Amino acid sequence: MAAVITAAGLARTFQTKRGPVQAVRGIDLTVREGEILGLLGPNGAGKTTTLRMLTTLLAPTGGTATVAGRDLATDPVGVRRACGYVAQSGGIDGQITVREELVTQGRMYRLTKSQAVDRAEELARELDLVELLDRRTATLSGGQRRRLDVAMALTHRPRVLFLDEPTTGLDPGSRADLWNLVRRLRDEHGTTVFLTTHYLDEADALSDRLVVVDRGVVAAEGTPSALKLEYGGSIDASLQDTFLAITGRGPATAHATPVAV
Amino acid sequence: MLLHDTALIYGRYLRQSLRSRFALLFGVLMPLLYLLFFGPLLTRLPLGRQGSSWQVLVPGLLLQLGLFGASFAGFTVIVEKGQGVVERMRVTPVSRLALLLGRVLRDATVFVFQAVLLVLAAVAMGLRAPLPGVLIGFAFVALLTISLASLSYALAMNVRTPQEFGPVINALTMPSMLLSGLMLPMTLGPAWLDVLSHLTPFRYLVDAVRDAYVGSYTSAHMLYGVLVAVGLAALSVTVGTRVFRTAGA
Repeated sequence: MAAVITAAGLARTFQTKRGPVQAVRGIDLTVREGEILGLLGPNGAGKTTTLRMLTTLLAPTGGTATVAGRDLATDPVGVRRACGYVAQSGGIDGQITVREELVTQGRMYRLTKSQAVDRAEELARELDLVELLDRRTATLSGGQRRRLDVAMALTHRPRVLFLDEPTTGLDPGSRADLWNLVRRLRDEHGTTVFLTTHYLDEADALSDRLVVVDRGVVAAEGTPSALKLEYGGSIDASLQDTFLAITGRGPATAHATPVAV
Repeated sequence: MLLHDTALIYGRYLRQSLRSRFALLFGVLMPLLYLLFFGPLLTRLPLGRQGSSWQVLVPGLLLQLGLFGASFAGFTVIVEKGQGVVERMRVTPVSRLALLLGRVLRDATVFVFQAVLLVLAAVAMGLRAPLPGVLIGFAFVALLTISLASLSYALAMNVRTPQEFGPVINALTMPSMLLSGLMLPMTLGPAWLDVLSHLTPFRYLVDAVRDAYVGSYTSAHMLYGVLVAVGLAALSVTVGTRVFRTAGA
């Protein structure tokens, strides 16, 4: 499969009052078309910063990246047209109805008014929001809000969908719904999904491949079973132990290969 | 594209404003209280200017409305940043300038609406002023609102919490209000205060609107007022757009 995201030495340094902080020190990664990639890492490892750079929200201070063949630095608008993004906090304002948000979002992607209205209906059917169309978004439950967030990010049928901790704060039922949705996007639409998560069971169950970042660089990557074998010592190792071995932050196990820090 | 995008963002935010009618009316409350409880004190004082005391006070209150209302516009962006709305819009292909212009034009619309209410109340209190002058006054309030709201959004994009934002805005608006002479003409005061006042842009706007309210549309004050208002708006919108383009906050 062709690469839909490539990053080489992608880096971001923030200037703060206490001097420069290297949030991302140099990320190299490739994401193939139609795969679900899970980005794992401890708090502060640079997951969200990486996502924000790949979605044009934050300018890199080093390195290069392409999304759907568009260069981040030279064609940010091309990147924006090719990707959808759901931030950790969502992106919904409570005073507006579900329908209005969906239609406005469609028009921000340059659909005509009638196309945007049709697309809103279509998304509502696909994401089980039909009954909620005329409700104000403030009245939605956490799971419903998240479905609306995803619906808005899918407005323009993006080739790549970025999800930043999509199931944080959701109840188990809503989490399962979201997992099914992500799989359906891949299977039915060939959408590439790039998601960050803290839930290792989620990463394990959902991702075709994992990338573990730690302290701003890629510490390990591979399929969940390959990582378990390499770092956890056996294919039956828990992803938890594997993760701790990779990031060197847990009780060292006999099999663990320590990673330079 | 810019027009399409600006109209889209404007529409979204205007609909949002119309949902909270209370806030729409609340904004006009402070100038209205000044009009009711402060205005009558001036009617028999010599203000050293042509026209009635209402023709001096009402232009000042209009600018007060613009100054306070627009400076705090950024609060909404801080809330929206927390909700992720700002980022969701910034990942769409929508023009960065439109993200700012749509918001500030909404603010300008709201303030012109409030300004009309204020002037109608003032007419009931005894204001008599030529219609073209009143309309020129609205144009100035709209320009001032566009300028201050742009700067306010730019600041809001760079702070994390309302607790950081509020004190900065207060520290800027209070001296601006006192120095602009919007309550009483600065010419009443000592020369040093008059000079200091000319260092703030608001002074030129207040003088220009006061001239408009007595029908002198070709005065030097009017010329300076237009230059300052347009220059300030151009500068502020440029700053604001830059921030929306690059904001890393």
